[in-house]
Parts: sequence; structure tokens; C-alpha cells
Amino acid sequence: MNITLFDTIFYLLAFLTLGSAAIMVFSKNVIYSAVGLLFTFFGVAGIYVLLAADFVAVVQVLVYVGGILILLLFGVMLSNKITNIEITTETLHFLPASLVVIGIFVVLYRVFITTDWNPVGSYNFDPTTHEIGTLLMTDYLIPFEIASILLLGALIGAAYIARKD
Amino acid sequence: MLSNFGSILFFLIFGAVFVCVNILLSRLLQTRNPYPVKLSVYECGELPEGNSWIQFNIRFYVIALIFLIFEVEIVFLFPWAVVFKDLGMFAFVEMLIFVGILLVGLAYVWAKGDLEWDKPEQVPSPELYRTDNVNSAVKITESVAS
Repeated sequence: MNITLFDTIFYLLAFLTLGSAAIMVFSKNVIYSAVGLLFTFFGVAGIYVLLAADFVAVVQVLVYVGGILILLLFGVMLSNKITNIEITTETLHFLPASLVVIGIFVVLYRVFITTDWNPVGSYNFDPTTHEIGTLLMTDYLIPFEIASILLLGALIGAAYIARKD
Repeated sequence: MLSNFGSILFFLIFGAVFVCVNILLSRLLQTRNPYPVKLSVYECGELPEGNSWIQFNIRFYVIALIFLIFEVEIVFLFPWAVVFKDLGMFAFVEMLIFVGILLVGLAYVWAKGDLEWDKPEQVPSPELYRTDNVNSAVKITESVAS
């Protein structure tokens, strides 16, 4: 097998993603888990770049790293019993959890081997933002407008739940 | 496009290596003289009380949530801005509708007072007037001196 620079970068990114995901899952400290998740998000963004999806990669960093992770950290810090205890995770319900995990794994693995992946072969690394914009404004106009309704619902729902009274 | 991201990758690797090398260098060069006060929380002129792990005000969370929603809106604005010149008035009206729907949400949280920063009532606690704090400060200074 001929290993190119491209492959090397891919394997580095995959290692970063999986390694930090493992840290996230196995860490006993929730804050360490959140930092592990940060690197997982970055690794996935890098893999998007290698797939020539530059816009998705930037959105991944912008929304997941810049927004969702901060929200998660806030969620941890908002926890009621945070003072005077170690913020730790523990293993609960080992048997049901393993059953669920094995079930999900079987389903995903089945999808993985039965799907006809139809690889593109080589693709060119052109900027995709213009294409995405054109499609959003023409073919996918209705989903685009529905997305704003969805966001509106999320905004109102979140504000309603987070309100004190 | 790939070469642009290549320079980002180079930047990331360089940043990581830079930090590691500097921490290693300071590890090699530093003198080690640990004592308990060095481990205390840094507060300018105050003695730290309790842990730095405190429960955050829920307001931070609400503001962050609202920020996240509008950040996702911004994500939609970027591809629109790129093609805006080609599609003209049509795209402009489309985006007006999109932003208009989200403005309803902004008006909602504004009117409901979710954007207000509620400050906890400031009650001067008797703790502040006790002399224990001064005594503990003296104790720490003595323990350092001895």
C-alpha cells in the first residue's frame, strides 16, 4: 500500500478523533471529558477538510467547538451539587448499557457492510460555499425556510425551559 | 483550497509544538521551591475563600443558548452572502423572511425578559466584618515565615 502525505494526515486526524473520544468516554472528571470532546470535534473538522467539504468543516468548528461545547461546559458548571464534591462520572447499569451498546453496534456494523458506498475516487478541492448557497436559494428553498422555523422553536423552547419561574 | 487548509494545519502543529517546547524548557530551567501559598487561588489583595468551583448563574446558560441559535443563523448567512450578487432581489427577500422568522424569537426572549441580567440582591453579610479573616491571614504569613 502506498502511503502518501494525504493518508498520513488522515490517520493522524483519525487517531486524534478516536483518542480524544476515548479520553472523553473513560475520563472520570467531566471537565476532562469536555476537553476531550473539544479535540474530537477538531479531528472531525479535519476529516471534513480531507473530504473536500470546507464549508462543513468551518461550520463544525464554529458551531460545535464555539457553541455547543461552551454550552456543555456551562451545563456542567451550572450543576447544583458542584461545590465540595469531585465532579466525577461513574459506571451505572452495566448490563443494560452493554446490551444497548452492542445492539447499536450491530445495527451500525450491518449498515456499514451492506451499504454500497460508491466511492467517488478522486475529487477536486474547490470551495463549496458558492455551490451550497446556490442550492439553498433555489432547490432547497423550503427546507431552508423551515430551518428558520425549527430554530425559532428551539430558541423559544430553550428560553422557556431555562426560565426560573 | 487544500493548500489553505494546509497552512492552517501547519499553524496548529506549530502552535502545539511551540507550547510543548516552552513548557519543557521551563521545566528544565526552573528552580523548584514549593510551599502551600503557591497553591492558593490567585486573588488580588484578597484571601481566597472556599473553592473556585461555584455554581454559575443560570443567566450565562440562557445567553449562551440564544447565542447558539443565532450562530446557526449566521452559518446560513455565509453561503447566502456568497451568492447574493448572482441571485439578487429573490435571495434578498428569502433571507428577509428567514431572518424575520428568527427575529420573532429574539422579540419573544426580549419581551419575556430573558435578556435581562438579573443581579442577585447584595446583602452585606456579617462575615465581612468578622476578624477571623485577618487572623487567618496572619497565620498563613507565619507559616510561610517559619
